[in-house]
Amino acid sequence: MATDGPALAELLLQRLERAGGGGLGSLEAAAALGLEHQHVTVPVLHSSPVCSPQVIEAEQRSSKRWELTPEGKEIVQEGSHEARVFDSIPAEGLPQSELMKLPSGKVGFSKAMSNKWVRLDKNADGGPRVFRAVESVQDSVREKLQLVQQGEAESLEEKDRNELKKRKLLMEVIIKTYWIRKGSAFSTTVTKQETDLTPEMLASGSWRDLKFKAYNFEALGIMPESGHLHPLLKVRTQFRQIFLEMGFTEMPTNNFIESSFWNFDALFQPQQHPARDQHDTFFLQDPAEATDFPMDYLKRVKKIHSQGGYGSQGYKYDWKLEEARKNILRTHTTAVSARMLYRLAQQKFTPAKYFSIDRVFRNETLDATHLAEFHQIEGVVADYGLTLGDLMGTLREFFTKLGISQLRFKPAYNPYTEPSMEVFSYHRGLQKWVEVGNSGIFRPEMLLPMGLPEGVSVIAWGLSLERPTMIKYGINNIRELVGHKVNLQMVYDGPLCRLDS
Amino acid sequence: ELCFQFGLELDEITSEKDIISKEQGGGKAEGASDIILYKIDVPANRYDLLCLEGLVRGLQVFKERIKAPRYKRIMPANGGVQRLIITEETAQVRPHAVAAVLRNITFSKDRYDSFIDLQEKLHQNICRKRALVAIGTHDLDTISGPFTYTARPPSEIRFKPLNQSKEYTASEIMDLYRTDSQLKHYLHIIENKPLYPVIYDSNGVVLSMPPIINGNHTKITLNTRNVFVECTATDITKAKIVLDILVTMFSEYCEKQFTHKCNFLCNMLEKVKPDLINKKIGISEKPSSLAKLLTRMCLKSHVTGSGNNIEIEIPPTRADIIHACDIIEDAAIAYGYNNIQMTIPKTYTIANQFPLNKLTELLRQDLAAAGFTEALTFALCSQEDIADKLGVDISSTKAVHIANPKTAEFQVARTSLLPGLLKTIAANRKMPLPLKLFEISDIVIKDSTKDVGARNQRNLCAIYYNKNPGFEVIHGLLDRVMQLLAVPPSKASGYLIRAAEDSAFFPGRCAEIFAKGQSIGKLGVFHPDVITKFELTMPCSALEINIEPFL
Repeated sequence: MATDGPALAELLLQRLERAGGGGLGSLEAAAALGLEHQHVTVPVLHSSPVCSPQVIEAEQRSSKRWELTPEGKEIVQEGSHEARVFDSIPAEGLPQSELMKLPSGKVGFSKAMSNKWVRLDKNADGGPRVFRAVESVQDSVREKLQLVQQGEAESLEEKDRNELKKRKLLMEVIIKTYWIRKGSAFSTTVTKQETDLTPEMLASGSWRDLKFKAYNFEALGIMPESGHLHPLLKVRTQFRQIFLEMGFTEMPTNNFIESSFWNFDALFQPQQHPARDQHDTFFLQDPAEATDFPMDYLKRVKKIHSQGGYGSQGYKYDWKLEEARKNILRTHTTAVSARMLYRLAQQKFTPAKYFSIDRVFRNETLDATHLAEFHQIEGVVADYGLTLGDLMGTLREFFTKLGISQLRFKPAYNPYTEPSMEVFSYHRGLQKWVEVGNSGIFRPEMLLPMGLPEGVSVIAWGLSLERPTMIKYGINNIRELVGHKVNLQMVYDGPLCRLDS
Repeated sequence: ELCFQFGLELDEITSEKDIISKEQGGGKAEGASDIILYKIDVPANRYDLLCLEGLVRGLQVFKERIKAPRYKRIMPANGGVQRLIITEETAQVRPHAVAAVLRNITFSKDRYDSFIDLQEKLHQNICRKRALVAIGTHDLDTISGPFTYTARPPSEIRFKPLNQSKEYTASEIMDLYRTDSQLKHYLHIIENKPLYPVIYDSNGVVLSMPPIINGNHTKITLNTRNVFVECTATDITKAKIVLDILVTMFSEYCEKQFTHKCNFLCNMLEKVKPDLINKKIGISEKPSSLAKLLTRMCLKSHVTGSGNNIEIEIPPTRADIIHACDIIEDAAIAYGYNNIQMTIPKTYTIANQFPLNKLTELLRQDLAAAGFTEALTFALCSQEDIADKLGVDISSTKAVHIANPKTAEFQVARTSLLPGLLKTIAANRKMPLPLKLFEISDIVIKDSTKDVGARNQRNLCAIYYNKNPGFEVIHGLLDRVMQLLAVPPSKASGYLIRAAEDSAFFPGRCAEIFAKGQSIGKLGVFHPDVITKFELTMPCSALEINIEPFL
């Protein structure tokens, strides 16, 4: 019987036509057509160019069936092990050792013994010897298996079936079958359908007369091969873009190693401040100390800490150069802002807007949302007469570009800004106000020793890059985002970063 | 909401069981039988808000329910002012001490607990775990002045410590508390000093051995009427602040409220121009309303002269005010941050990108377009990552070493991007092959020409991981990068690669890359040892170059 597509399909379609509206089962169809069932399953049929889902419809069903195992099939052919053992024993008997060498020896012998078909004479000359115990035997195991092979397993008693199953001669298999019905475009005549357009069809114009197999629009296409940008850095690109749109110049933050002087002292952060503790900051063993400082400025910084000045009482403690010399991994990019503002102060003052997005380091306890290094986003504006209202207005514009419109400001404390304000936005998902950034006006004790003119105010704000990214991409564990434990599948699958949508 | 305006953070509202919670008393009388507890975060410089007494006082003044108290120093009626004599031996260990007396105080259980709690909070905060300042409080009626603050060898100090039943020498006391969960953290402050600080009364009774423990003799109880407070310190400014806070907070419970005897307590007068306040905040309030705003922040203020000055009385509780800008902030808080009109500064500037970042951004886009996926790895790593695992000795790297890493992951700053990418692949071994990754980021190397002795260098690194080494893929990527940088393959003015040896790479499978007349990096097939050490099982090739010469 031919089993190639069109011929098979045509036969099946004819049977289906005869079966009428009720349809027919795939198992019976296969039996009637003399085919293996696997040739009549729906995936096979639908892959045939003539039997699209419109021509035939199918519904999956499953049924149980008893089948012989390979060993069971062998028994149908050759007889059961015990029968074979019986048959191989001649009238004068057989030494047990030789019997055991037969292929069915071991299993057959014990079964034949328990059936009392054979007997063992342990005291025979030349070792134990096996003799027939009955004249003839009836091989009921083989008979039962023959019934199963003929599809009449149901006629066996359950206890027999279980016994044969236990002996691994029978198995119960679940077969997926299909109930096949006529489809909306049913026809018994088979037209060969083309898979797709070919250059030859275009050249000959044959495409005009051909039928084309329907596409399955439910299936997904094939993803293009490509590289992918990292989600956190995609967000970084957007933040850079926002700052550039707002006229902010990028600061050179490519210096992870910083002296305590620029990281803390220049920012009027006292030397006993907890942030300068071993527990919070990574200190360097090598190179342990910075060597070069603008000495005039350093003296002014020392004075403002230890004695005050510029209208300030200072902190009144013994400021030590050794503390300022200590090298650290910078704890904030504000250290770079301090360097930039100092540089700005060394020339005739012109207004400036600066930004940076780069790594900072904290010797902190790590958890699902905190790592020892993260990216800080920072914006700074320096000009005459900037007000707290200007800071808030700038923040409003900045956050609007991030798609955050509802803002609230809370008084806060920060050693180098006064006034300081935390920025909160209303999170619709969480239904509460969440902190989105920190901001303030740099203290005169920081700016005046640098040499900036008295009327100049510097407003600044900062936030982390990781937090908005985790919220944007719905990531709960920061390790899936940053570092080598990144989930690359997440990187592959990540959408564009559009902060305002 | 009130907390938010005032700059406090309402952490959570919890049940009465939460012992460290504080009741927020905005509208209610303090001590009300309200079982709901409010856990509040106060700004780190506002020591006056660390106890319920100060917090409630601050909020009630803010809401104009009560007037700000004026703290006064009074002389004892019977004339005898207590004195604390500091001997010069203390200079070697803990040179400063200040003291005060709270007279005719009435404690209750709650007040007493709050008194102890405030001392503990101050110890943890401004006192830097007692290293800078340590507080001792004593029942004045059990001792008689003048008191002596001195330092003695540990063997000569002998007393019965607080809540102990027998006397110990100072050395024994140190041993006694070595296992105490609380006190063991303070022992190191004096442990290795030849002399230990100690305070005696005129009869030789030990008041305390700061910063470790008080004597049991002067223990205060609910019945104590007069409290002697001493603060010993290595920082005199902080000692004064701590003493001021403690006595101002608890003088509320003295017979004459807010009065006590003390060494330093004083109100300071500051003058700020109303104009300046308006200008810095961006509001236009009348001087009189500015004065009213400040008064609500416990800064009693009034307009002086022809209205062009505001005189502000700064109470001893507000040690955080050291400059006019601190006063301006309080005016802004009282005005309400969220009532300030938002404005956009007129500052006109032209933006510039940092050239190195600009180049990085452009290259990233095209490396992804070339089929490589961007990784983002840590700048800190273990010595092993940059040395042993790549087959080099740590001393031959120019790595920057961290002095206080909590784990091996933070021993050094990376000197190469390779280990990070290899670890990224190891963590993603289940992903379909090939894995093609890149990173453009900074490494850190020692450089004695820099003020801090080290500098960053922007590197580009790419890695190919598959069943075959794929040297040609990585080599092709180098060619593509050079194409993007408009550097032609040529010996004279372009780039070339030349066979090289490197312990990280398989012998004969490594080349050095030259461009712009200098060596910019290497490419090659990893040495099997490197692959194994990074827990990988496939061949792998990589490329790492410095991109700074292409600026």
